[in-house]
Amino acid sequence: MSLAIASSLPQSPGKRVLPGFALSMGISLLFISLVLLLPITGLVVQTAGMTWQEYWFVVSDPRVVASYKVTLWAAFIASLFNGVVGLLLAWVLVRYEFPGKRIVDALMDLPFALPTAVAGITLSALFAQNGWYGSMLASIGVEVAYTPLGIIVAMSFTSLPFVVRTVQPVLEDLAPEDEEAGITMGGTDLTVFRRIIFPSLWPALLTGIALSFTRSLGEFGAIIFIAGNMPYISEVTSLMIFVRLQEYDYAGASAIASVVLMASLVLLFLINIWQAHYLRRIHGR
Amino acid sequence: MSIRVENISKRFGQFQALQPLTLEIPDGELVGLLGPSGSGKTTLLRIIAGLETADTGRILFHGQDVTNVHVRDRRVGFVFQHYALFRHMTVAQNVAFGLEVLPKAERPSAPEIHKRVANLLDMVQLGHLAKRFPSQLSGGQKQRVALARALAMQPQVLLLDEPFGALDAKVRKDLRRWLRSLHDELHFTSVFVTHDQEEALELSDKVVVMSAGKIEQVDSPQELYSRPESRFVFDFLGHINVLDAQVKGSRLQQGAAWVELPKAVTVPMAQLYLRPHEVHLQQTPVAHANLPLTINAVSLIGAEVRLELQPDGWQADEPWEIGISHAQYNAWQPMRGDRCYAVPDIGHLFMQGVTEPETLTWASTLIQDPNFPKRSAHLAEVS
Repeated sequence: MSLAIASSLPQSPGKRVLPGFALSMGISLLFISLVLLLPITGLVVQTAGMTWQEYWFVVSDPRVVASYKVTLWAAFIASLFNGVVGLLLAWVLVRYEFPGKRIVDALMDLPFALPTAVAGITLSALFAQNGWYGSMLASIGVEVAYTPLGIIVAMSFTSLPFVVRTVQPVLEDLAPEDEEAGITMGGTDLTVFRRIIFPSLWPALLTGIALSFTRSLGEFGAIIFIAGNMPYISEVTSLMIFVRLQEYDYAGASAIASVVLMASLVLLFLINIWQAHYLRRIHGR
Repeated sequence: MSIRVENISKRFGQFQALQPLTLEIPDGELVGLLGPSGSGKTTLLRIIAGLETADTGRILFHGQDVTNVHVRDRRVGFVFQHYALFRHMTVAQNVAFGLEVLPKAERPSAPEIHKRVANLLDMVQLGHLAKRFPSQLSGGQKQRVALARALAMQPQVLLLDEPFGALDAKVRKDLRRWLRSLHDELHFTSVFVTHDQEEALELSDKVVVMSAGKIEQVDSPQELYSRPESRFVFDFLGHINVLDAQVKGSRLQQGAAWVELPKAVTVPMAQLYLRPHEVHLQQTPVAHANLPLTINAVSLIGAEVRLELQPDGWQADEPWEIGISHAQYNAWQPMRGDRCYAVPDIGHLFMQGVTEPETLTWASTLIQDPNFPKRSAHLAEVS
């Protein structure tokens, strides 16, 4: 009898139960193509007019190479710094209750909301020799503005939210029982953090640091005001691109940009592969 | 190690989780904290462990005040309902954790730890899974790993928070039996929390029944079952058939239903509690009881056949449930809609304003009718 009922029901042709796959997937692919892939293709096309020798000449120019070094080092230090501070901020925001918590939470996104040029001008005003921080730091002999240190400050300011916002949800989802289990077995607070909490946070923290790093590689607005932009010392790669553009050397600008792009992509891929491996172990997939 | 809970109370904001309560758990006993959710049983367990601090009172282990001793120094084994295994560690690493974090002076050498972990895993019959990650184990296996991990420190007190709550019925039963034998073998003092009365009665030496932050009764399973001290305990230990009635001399009356009590009662209202096995069914009313019922459902699951019955011409908050043997079922062949009469053999009378029930027996009917098959043959004819 049940068969008779089934055969009288309208038959659905597809196999998927959840609706909307074709439409949503189509829109997503279109968007990815228009907004992400097309500009990247444009970049490649710009450089296509160059020979390998020309390309190599542009990207291996000593001044540009010096800017790679400055950018990489500054981004590396800034993202590590953000890893530590971002973890601390996320920890405080998730684990403790205090007045004004919501405001502090909202403030975390400020570096994203602020135009980077505004951030750059503010930072350089603060860290200049006669600024609030700058005058204090000058008294102990530390110069921030117009040195590579300034680049690090600007980079870490603009990319801090990446770490906070990737670590925060993972920290919130952490089961308190795991910690309690660790403590009942006699673990000290430090041991419990090091051996139980941190391994759970580690993938998210690393993602946050990597995002922060790649963001710093491309940072421009905030840096140029505070960096001083001295050739071979405090010029970042994005400035090199900008200089080429000002000279109407579009191919040269694209060539340098392609190096930055490559570095970011390789890094993000590596992080993703490692993370997938690590998470597979935890989730058993 | 004996545990003494003295005047412990706990409040969460406006909610009084525990009224001041005192409890003595002798050395080596397996004690079940039984109660519905929100009764404070888990809070009490966590206070004993030191995971929660009490507002008032003291906790004593072996006569020693440990109220202000930190969890990590209390050296209790704690097993969580959802296992709380460390996901990024293998089974062996999980079990080794407690030994590895010991202060240097007490910590066994690495090969010694390895040996002890192997022994523990053999004890929980999971030696072959030592290198697996928790996500690759079933629920029952996870809980056994959690037990092995809690026992690695050789604690003298083992606390278990709904240890079998997340497991399916069959695994639960196996683990229950296994925990009992482990307890008998290793002689630690165990306290476990459960909301499953069957689990509490089967596993414990002593059951602590809790409700609304208070201890209702502490007794051995046998005592608890045969002498529940309050309505709450009664209700909680399985299904109860209730006759809520007015008292007229020695007779309880409600609508078409009445029961003649063995003696007169002075209160105006009373409730008669009848357990499913303390009542039998027959086709005609008897001299001391007239409880007409209509069969609502017949379920053949388990050792006996359970009948769900609807009062006929009187009221009950919940339908009645009475079990009959399969032999009786086969002879009688009761069907939905059939009418029959309940005859109480033993009852528990709750009189208005009194917490403890009075147990009554109707001696005349206690002897089962030897002509039972004949009577049921007659029943079959009628229907």
